[in-house]
Amino acid sequence: MVIEGPTGLVEVEEGVHIIPGANTIITSIDKVANWARTSAIWPMTFGLACCAIEMMTTGSSHYDLDRFGIIFRGSPRQADCIIIAGTITKKMAPIIRRVYDQMPEPRYVIAMGSCACSGNIYDTYSTVQGADKFLPVDVFIPGCPPRPEALMDGLIKLQEKMKQESFRWSMWR
Amino acid sequence: MEPQTIAEQLKDKYPAEVREIKEFRGQCSVIVAKGGIKELMRYLHDTPELYFDYLTDLCGVDYFEKKEPRFEVVYHLYSIRHKHMLRLRAEVSEEECSIDSVTDIWTGAEWHERECFDMFGITFTGNPDLRRVLMPEDWEGHPLRKDYPLKSDLGDMEWQGYLDVLKTAENNRQYEVR
Repeated sequence: MVIEGPTGLVEVEEGVHIIPGANTIITSIDKVANWARTSAIWPMTFGLACCAIEMMTTGSSHYDLDRFGIIFRGSPRQADCIIIAGTITKKMAPIIRRVYDQMPEPRYVIAMGSCACSGNIYDTYSTVQGADKFLPVDVFIPGCPPRPEALMDGLIKLQEKMKQESFRWSMWR
Repeated sequence: MEPQTIAEQLKDKYPAEVREIKEFRGQCSVIVAKGGIKELMRYLHDTPELYFDYLTDLCGVDYFEKKEPRFEVVYHLYSIRHKHMLRLRAEVSEEECSIDSVTDIWTGAEWHERECFDMFGITFTGNPDLRRVLMPEDWEGHPLRKDYPLKSDLGDMEWQGYLDVLKTAENNRQYEVR
């Protein structure tokens, strides 16, 4: 970037300008709001089966999720997204739907693991073939179980999806 | 005691109930009729030299069209004191799909019998709390029977709770942001 002088507009990033002398950043509210939203995704843990272990591992110190601003919340009322980690049985489906319905907007769904994506190898009487049968899923993370790096990649993809959105955070969505 | 000896002793005591003794690689299975099962189990539990104080497992088997009677309830007994084990297979027919419960001999049998009832439909008379344990309470059908649908698409037999979820999802789709 070329700095012309203290009053010149410098484009730091696409859509973000700064005036160096005046200590000012000129950007759109969307960009600021999305930056704030992506820097603090608070998921509602919904660890159902083995993928829950991988989710816990990703949250622990070796693969730390806290450095992304991700704090696991226990209540759906305080959560941004729900990570469905594990096999979804038909007995559990109404409960998952109820928890999802309790989340306030803007909310996202991450289907972690092959069971939540598509039912995995369990095409049986008791297993729902994927969370997208009854939930609007935003990110699918395949794997059995997906490695912690894969879960982090999925969360970063969710961040990228959030950054593209316009006015999702507001009443004008 | 050797498994074969135990089986022989059981056959001597209850010749009418014991149908067959099978042996394979050191393990003994005793196939019995379901009629005097309570008495049989009490004998196995109380006799000092046998003393089967641990019911390791209780499960059901479905021999759909492979043999009559259709079902079998398999008991795996183990003696902690004498360190010997025995397998009992009680034959249960499809028409009279019930057998006596062994919960008053081994309390741990209660949930195993509930699971057997849930999956095969075999009622256990005398079980203090016989209801479904794995499937939802209002589920219809017994999933582990051989004539139950294999795949996840149950068609008309689908559980009402799951159909309600699908309907809720359909109704709430208008509130989703796409």
